[in-house]
This record gives sequence, structure tokens and C-alpha cells, in this order.
Amino acid sequence: MKQINFTLNGKPVSLELQGQESLLTVIRIYLEQTGTKYGCGLGECGACTVLIDNEAVRSCMILAEDIEGKEIISIEGLSSDGELHPIQKAFISHDALQCGFCTSGMIMNAYGFLLQNPNPSREKIIVGMESNLCRCGAYNRIVDAIETAGKEMPKKVKL
Amino acid sequence: MKSAIKSEAAYSRRRFIKNLGGGVVVVFCLGEVSFSSLFAQDGQPLEELDFNAYLRVKEDGRIDCFTGKIEMGQGIITSLAQVVAEELEVSIYDVDMIMGDTELCPYDAGTWGSLTTRFIDPVLRAAAAEAREVLLDLAAEHFGMNKTSLEVIQGVVSVKNDSSKKITYAELSKGKKIVRSLTKKPKLKKAKDFKLIGKPIRSLDAEAKVTGKAKYSGDIFLPGMVHATIVRPEVFGSKKVKVDASKLSDFAGVQLVEKDDLVAVVHSDPEVSQRAAKSIKITWEAPVAKANQETIFQYLEDTIQDNKVFESEGSLQLGEETSKVYRKATYHDGYKAHASIETHVATCYFEGDKVTIWASTQSPFGTRSSVAKALQMPLEKVHVKQIFLGGGFGGKSNSQQSIEAATIAKLCGKPVQLVWSRKEEFMYDNFRTAAVVKVAGGTDNNGKLKVWDFDIYCAGTRGTELFYAIPNKRIRSFNQAGVHPFGTGAWRAPGNNTTTFARESHIDVVAHAAGMNPLDFRLNNLENNEMIATLQLAAKTFGYDKEKKPGHGYGIALGQDAGTLVAMIAEVFVDKETGEVQPIRIVCSQDMGQVVNPHGATLQTEGGITMGIGYALYEEIEFNGGEMKTTNFNRYEITRFSKTPKIECVFIDKMDAKPQGGGEPAIICVGAAIANAIFDACGARVYRMPITPERILDALS
Repeated sequence: MKQINFTLNGKPVSLELQGQESLLTVIRIYLEQTGTKYGCGLGECGACTVLIDNEAVRSCMILAEDIEGKEIISIEGLSSDGELHPIQKAFISHDALQCGFCTSGMIMNAYGFLLQNPNPSREKIIVGMESNLCRCGAYNRIVDAIETAGKEMPKKVKL
Repeated sequence: MKSAIKSEAAYSRRRFIKNLGGGVVVVFCLGEVSFSSLFAQDGQPLEELDFNAYLRVKEDGRIDCFTGKIEMGQGIITSLAQVVAEELEVSIYDVDMIMGDTELCPYDAGTWGSLTTRFIDPVLRAAAAEAREVLLDLAAEHFGMNKTSLEVIQGVVSVKNDSSKKITYAELSKGKKIVRSLTKKPKLKKAKDFKLIGKPIRSLDAEAKVTGKAKYSGDIFLPGMVHATIVRPEVFGSKKVKVDASKLSDFAGVQLVEKDDLVAVVHSDPEVSQRAAKSIKITWEAPVAKANQETIFQYLEDTIQDNKVFESEGSLQLGEETSKVYRKATYHDGYKAHASIETHVATCYFEGDKVTIWASTQSPFGTRSSVAKALQMPLEKVHVKQIFLGGGFGGKSNSQQSIEAATIAKLCGKPVQLVWSRKEEFMYDNFRTAAVVKVAGGTDNNGKLKVWDFDIYCAGTRGTELFYAIPNKRIRSFNQAGVHPFGTGAWRAPGNNTTTFARESHIDVVAHAAGMNPLDFRLNNLENNEMIATLQLAAKTFGYDKEKKPGHGYGIALGQDAGTLVAMIAEVFVDKETGEVQPIRIVCSQDMGQVVNPHGATLQTEGGITMGIGYALYEEIEFNGGEMKTTNFNRYEITRFSKTPKIECVFIDKMDAKPQGGGEPAIICVGAAIANAIFDACGARVYRMPITPERILDALS
């Protein structure tokens, strides 16, 4: 067992871990932040997407020992001071979800993508989101939402 | 079956009457108002089931609406609140939907078959209208005036022409306990007076879902809870011979649970229970493989002998003789997974001899009876709680994971969470069945269909009643229990995706052979005016006569499901070198009666079409007998962002009509519309779904 230190949604966390646990288990089970979802366990669906140092990653594929000193953001950390993030607002206004199970991962992947690609074209959004799966079929609305958020985000969020 | 459900209903009724709180409650009763068709899902009407939805105007003025249905993304949490708010004259945001909790909600068989809007809507509208009348009576009494001189706006009753005299629903309900049974149909609003029905309303659960706050079955953590991992065989249907758990001592704190073929380990840390489960070696006796994904079609044809004639008229021989053009073909469709992003999950705990379960299930009451039966407990000792579902599509209609979780919880004596892995999902899903459809069709010199012979293996007859006028026809359904190498079950519009693919592909085959274009040919043979109108709306919206770009093709398909008529036109691009298909645009026109929430109906239609592209082009389970080769999304391609076409949904305007199904119908036409568009684009007629690049190249060569 070893001490692993990181921040989750801005709060410092220190856990005694083996190191081989997945980041998904750390976030969902040990820290009880359940917005991040298990979908496939192989990094194929994107339901577990979170940000590590502002980069979107599949938390099911990351080992706990690799998060030492990192800044992790999950869906719970996206809104600030009770105000929804522009991506969350855009997902609501475009109704870019149905069952909602892929939604956290979609939003976090979109966040990581938009941080690196401000105000992207639809074509670029599709490429950036391609590996996140939605079975309910909300894809077109998700692209619409990200396009809207892409225009709003630079105004509200410091890049 | 009947008596079992009756006793469940009676139990629900007793509990409901006992638990009744204050306020104005309207119970919808079966009786003079016949909603017996409501229970068609169980195969028989249930006279004794005297309520199936109810609502309560609480003393704080908010409305609780109780239904046994569940929300899995289809949007009924919004559309049901919408009809209640409409009739009650309150804000939709004052309505709280309480769904699928077996101790709070009236009995419901399950959320499937696109039944909710068709059958629960009218019930809730009636109950809400009755509640409004009760409240108006109370207000009339309060003001000492006639009811007709009052009006309601947003839950406030006021005297017409004297806005100083008003009273809220909350004030009227306070200290009251009024129970009204609905025995005759109350006066419902006319379409022209609708304020909410027919208006686009955004999903009420969206904020909970975009913030990660929406709770699913796996998000419930209980004190002292352990995570269970079941040791599974590699081949479906295997029987346990020997268990070697000698390595389990390497894992501190794990507990082994064993009952019949179920072997599981539990630990407070799921990572530990998963690793410990891997250390257990089980010798299994596997059933012999009889078919794989290539040989299954011949196997089904050879094995199944029994058939039922579903529809028959005239003489097939006469029809063939009078046909100028006569074409036969056999259509194949492989097994498909439901592939909800949420796997099957159950979290449960025992308190004394009673178990409480949060389960990802489309049938909370079905789960209650399955768990009660499996664990030999009385019904009232099983409580299934309301929860969001991460997708269903028919795949969460069984209760296997709940039975497993409850069994493990009972044996280990702790609260248990069981989350199926994606691999377990790809073995214990009740897959959409593989199917064969053998079709023969012919037309005369005038392009009039004269004969239709349609033999369906395994896909059933849902939606196969012919809407084309054909004098000589026969539709037969071949089926046999236990013929499949693993579990099969309902998959969004069961069977209808496959049979619509076969019928509408073959209509095109015959049309082309007769030298007619597929639109004219259909219009020439349709006898149902509503279907004609639906097709014409699709063709007009699509711009069917518009010139095509090189490599592009248009394809039409018609279908019917859950009371709704569907006309779909797809545009695709086919790369003739690689066989790759890019869906460009799909127009879907539907006659679904009254469209309660056009926005919600559009979402469902878009979703169905997007999902349908997957079964049409990529989705196929690979297997050898019960051994699954497809175990995750890396080998099971579902529709992605880049393959989603532009989608346009149009609805026939029928606001005073009865609402019809919306969750399933659109998806049924996707396979044939795509297949026909591929043929139009490159001349490849593919008779098997999914229509992969290889199959397109094969058809071209």
C-alpha cells in the first residue's frame, strides 16, 4: 500500500492504495462521486471520461499509481458556485441526452476537447467526440450542444 | 399467470389504501371506462385491477403522480407530467413523477411495447381532469358560487371577472383527505384548448443528468455494502462440475458465496472482489455448439418445423400465374445486443426477512415477482425502488441480476451491489434473435402486386399485416422454443426491424424488376390512405425527385408498429471501392395520432433512427454455440458520431386523435431504407443485415 495524493475537483485527496486500482474505482467507489460511469471497462465507450491536468482520459484505463500529483476533474466539478458550465447548459438547451448514462462522459470529453479546440467546426467536433458512445442516439444534438458551448466557453472560462 | 397478477394487484391496492396521506387523491378505476386494452401487454384483461395510476394534489399544492412505469431515456418523466399539468391547470414544474416503486406505485407489468403514451396518458389525463373538477367543487363551495363562474390558471382558482377573489390548490387541499375513484370518463380538454399538450417541452430530468446527480442502480451505496463478482463460464448454458477456490486465501476479507451454478465472491472493494474471482477455477460442462453466426440461418431453417399461418387470402399459385414479374429471395438478420451503456446492475439489502432492491429494470413489478419466486419469499417482502435506467431497449425486461444480487445478499448477510461487466452483458443479454425471412412477390402488367408469400423464422409477426393491397397472400411464422444458442428477447420493436427489412427490401426488388420507381410502385399498391399520406409527407419533406449526387442513393421503407405508421427515406453515399456506406440524410414521417410532446417524440425518433443505423450496417454478434466471440464494443460496433446522418422528423397533424407509440416505430424502417438506398447508390442488393462493406462488395462482384 502506498499514499497517493491528487486533487479531485480542486480538493486535495490522499488515499492509501495498492496502485493497481483503476481511477474509475477511486472516483466512483472510494470517493463516492458517482457521476462518472462504468460502461465497458476497456476504454471503448467513454462513459467514464474525466480530465487529468485538463486532458480528457478514460478513467477505467488509468491506474491509481499514475495519478500522483495530478489534478482530476469529474462531472461534479464542472459547475462552479452553483452555476452550470456552458457545456452543461448547452446539453440542457439542446436536449442532448436521453437516458443520461453516457452524458457525464460526453460532457467531460467535450470539455477536454473544447479546452484544446476553442470554437470548433462541426467536423472537428465529430472527430473529437468519435470515441464516445451513446446508445440512445443523441449524437446530432450533442454536436449542436458542443457547437453552442464552443462559442460560449471562451467568454466565460479562462483558457 | 392471471391469478398471480390479480393477487399482485390486490396487494398493491391494499397497501395503497393503507398508505394514503392527506390531500386530494384521484384513483383511476377500471369499470365503466374500459381500458382493458391497457393490459394487452399481459395477454389478458384484468377486471379486478381497479387502478393503474393515480395522482395526489398535496397540501402544499404540488402534485404527486404515481405510475409503475419507469424512465429509461424515453422521456415519459416529462410527457406524463405534461398531460397531468395540462388537465389540472398547473405548471409542469409543480408535478413530481414517482415511478416504478413497487410500494408506492400501482402495479404495472413493464415499460415496453411503446405502451406508456398510448395507455397511461389517457388514464392520467382522466385522473387529472377529475382532480381539477374536485378542486373546482371545493372552490365553488368556498366562494359560495357556481363552478361555471370560476376559472383556473396555474393552480389558482379565481372568480371570472373578479380577480380579487382567488384561492390556490394548496389552500383548497389543506386539511382535506378526499379520495375520488374515477368510474366514468371525465370531460377532457379539446385540442384547441391545450396549453401544454402538443407543445415542445424539454426533458425535466436533464439538469440532474448533466450534473452527474441523477442516480442509477449502481450509484446507491449502502452502509457495510459489499461488491459481488460472479465467476462465469466461457460458454452460455454451462453446468458447474468442480470449483477450486484454493487461491482465495490470498485475498484478505473476501467471502465465497455458492448456490447451485452461482459462484461469487464479495468484498467491500470491487477491485479486490474482481481479482479474487479470477483466482477461482471452475470446471464447467458446456453444451455442444450447433451453429455459429454464419451457419445459424440454415440451422434455424432446418430445425424449425412448426409454423402458424398469420394471414392468408386467395391462392398463391393463382397469384404467381397472374404475375408478369415474380421474384423470390431469402433475407437474413444476425443476433444483435441491446448494448445499453449502463450494464445490468442491482443493489440490495435485507432488513430481517425483507429485501429492498434498486435494479436497472424495465419491469420493477416483474423483478419483484421474480425475486420473490427465486428466493421463495412472499411478494410483500420484496421492495423494488424507483431509479433511473441507463437505457433499456427491451434488454432490461428480465430480472437475472436482481435475483443474483438478492441471492448473494441473503447468503453473505450483507448489502450487495452487483454490476455486470460488459463481457457478462454480452453473454446474458437476451439478444435480438437471428432470423430468416423467405419472400416471394409478383406484379401484373400494371405494376399491381398480385401475390405475396412471406415465411418468417424467429422474428414473429409484429407489424407484418400487409398495408399493400394484394389479392393472394400468405404470411407464416416459424418458431421453436430453445432453438437459439443463448438467450433471446425483445429488442426495440421486437422482430419488426427484421420483417420490415425483408418486406420493404423485397418491395423494391419487385418494383425494380417491374421497371417502376420505388415511390410510384408503393403508391400504386398501398390501400391504406393514412399510409399514403404518411409516405407523401416523407417524399415531399425529403425532396424525393431531387437530383442525386454521384455515388448517392435514395431508399424508401414503410412500416407500422405500436399503432404508428412510419414512412422513411434515406440518402446514403457508397464508396464502391471499399463498400463503405455513409448515411447522409434520413427523413422520417409518422402518423402517431396525437403527438403529446413533439419535442420528446422527435428525440425518440432521432434516437431510434440513430440506433437503427447500427443494426443496418454494423451490429452482429459473433459466436460459436454458446461461446461469445463478441465481448465488448471493440467487436460490436454501434452507431457513432461520424455515421449519424442529418435527421428530419415530421408528424401528421392529428391533435384530437388518440396518441400512439413513439419509442419504437421509427427504428423498424432503418434497415430497409438503408438497404434500398445502397442499391440505388451502387446496385448492390444485400439480403443480410448488417450490410457490411464485405457484403456490399460481394454483391457487386
